[in-house]
Amino acid sequence: MKQVVDLQQIRIKRDTREPVLEGLRVLFGDMDKNALEEAVRIKEKLGAKVTVLSVGSAKLKATVLEALAMGADEACIVLDPACEGSDTAASAMTLAAAIRKIGSYDLILVGEGSADNYSGQIGSRLAETLGIPQVTYVRELSIEGNTVTAVRDIEAALEVVKANTPLVISVTSEINKPRWPPLAQILRASRKPLNSWTLKDLGIDPSRVGSAASEVRVISNLAPEQERKGVIFEGDLDEAVGKLVNALRKERALP
Amino acid sequence: MTDGIIVSSETSEGAFELLTKGRELSKELNMELSALVIGNKNDKNMQSYFEYGAREVLLIPNSRTGTLDAETCTHVLSEIAKENGPDIILITSTRLGKEIAGRVAQRLQAGCVTDAVGLTIKDQELVIDRYALGGNTISSEIIKTRKKVVSIMPRTFEAHPVPVEGKIKTLDIEIPRRRVELIERRKKVGESVNIESAETLVCVGKGLSKKEDLSMLNELCAALKGELGCTRALSSDYHWISEDRMVGISGKRCKPKLHVSIGISGQIQHTVGIMSSKLIVAINKDKEAPIFKIADYGIVGDLYQVVPKLTQRIKMLGS
Repeated sequence: MKQVVDLQQIRIKRDTREPVLEGLRVLFGDMDKNALEEAVRIKEKLGAKVTVLSVGSAKLKATVLEALAMGADEACIVLDPACEGSDTAASAMTLAAAIRKIGSYDLILVGEGSADNYSGQIGSRLAETLGIPQVTYVRELSIEGNTVTAVRDIEAALEVVKANTPLVISVTSEINKPRWPPLAQILRASRKPLNSWTLKDLGIDPSRVGSAASEVRVISNLAPEQERKGVIFEGDLDEAVGKLVNALRKERALP
Repeated sequence: MTDGIIVSSETSEGAFELLTKGRELSKELNMELSALVIGNKNDKNMQSYFEYGAREVLLIPNSRTGTLDAETCTHVLSEIAKENGPDIILITSTRLGKEIAGRVAQRLQAGCVTDAVGLTIKDQELVIDRYALGGNTISSEIIKTRKKVVSIMPRTFEAHPVPVEGKIKTLDIEIPRRRVELIERRKKVGESVNIESAETLVCVGKGLSKKEDLSMLNELCAALKGELGCTRALSSDYHWISEDRMVGISGKRCKPKLHVSIGISGQIQHTVGIMSSKLIVAINKDKEAPIFKIADYGIVGDLYQVVPKLTQRIKMLGS
């Protein structure tokens, strides 16, 4: 799961168009929660151990409690200042090392993309790194023994596919509705095992992660320039509709 | 072939868009341009790749591959692009394309940017624009590895034919056995709507209080000769409108000439899908709704009053 800043709360500096990220609360993305929810449902149906894995900042210890409250049995988090600014390749490498440290697994569930950048690369890179198959954009999942049957959504069509574990699965938001954990679960969450690792614990040289090692360099990240007219009509609605239609006619926007 | 640009797309239309852009990039970077086609050799479209500027069409006969799948495409593209193969790999960012992009990048140990909405050359470097921070910002990025994988949002570029002489090269690449078995492919039922190419798009959000009231929106669409789109809530959560019509970061990205936004607050996850509209009109009862900040024209008012009035006015123009 990826910890992201609360995207709804981002403010843009008017003069420079820079986003202000300081002081924002951090949370897990919605689609990451879909992945966790599916894992917990599989556990409830078939019995399984659900481990939440995340790489992030010091605030992650608090964020991960929510995942534990939702039904994960254990959390493994990688906290290392050297990870700051890692790109998807470095993040995938770090996650793969952590997965190897965890040892055995049947399914690796991820959201189809993170809430902030939605690049959707982590699942693909993990599957390639670990040498296991991947089924992307899954909206229905059923498991029998070590065979997984999935319905995946590839825009124009739905595909029903079958594959054996171990497997990487990326889920879409349609797969389920993540639960709101009851208070008792929230209270119990802090008593669940939480393993906090550094890069050294994973045998990763810090020079291979972080912004310096990034394969992709961000040269600017600004809010798009607004060139909208911003003509807003208020008051009498008949009049407002009339003015709007006239304006649209002048713009030659009407059929 | 070295120092090349290769394009790969699920559809020939997608390939033509990428070839059109690829042509421009290949000129500036002094690179060869090729297209990967996984399909029938007798496809009459083969010649059209040359019309859009491909110097070479790399063909994998589909008798070898069966249905198009990510595993096969990843293998083929990685084999072509490794070592002295093309350095810049442009893929249409459909769901299939996006999966392939990440996997090919990992195999080639290459940097990758997905969902690009712009490609330019600056100081001989390929600069890629994409939305970031949930659509709040546009991030301009450079890939530092020699091999670069970029997936580009469909319909980002307009295809223009500029015919060149080219050749077809049939490749003999061993296709590994699929580990993910395809049992069935179901075309999505009901609609074959393509709101992404609509000239006029009307989008509705949670301001609508019940499904039956969609008839009111359909009437407006009919009057405007437009298509209906919606926010994620109305399709994924309420199931009032099919997902083909969902607009936003997890749905479609549209660039109509006229976009009318109705009862939509304007959260960034949705507005990312309409940002490229030529003209945005917003109707919302909340004067403070963020949608008004990105609107060209707006009416502050209850959609249940405004929409019928608007429909009537537009109908009157037509008669």
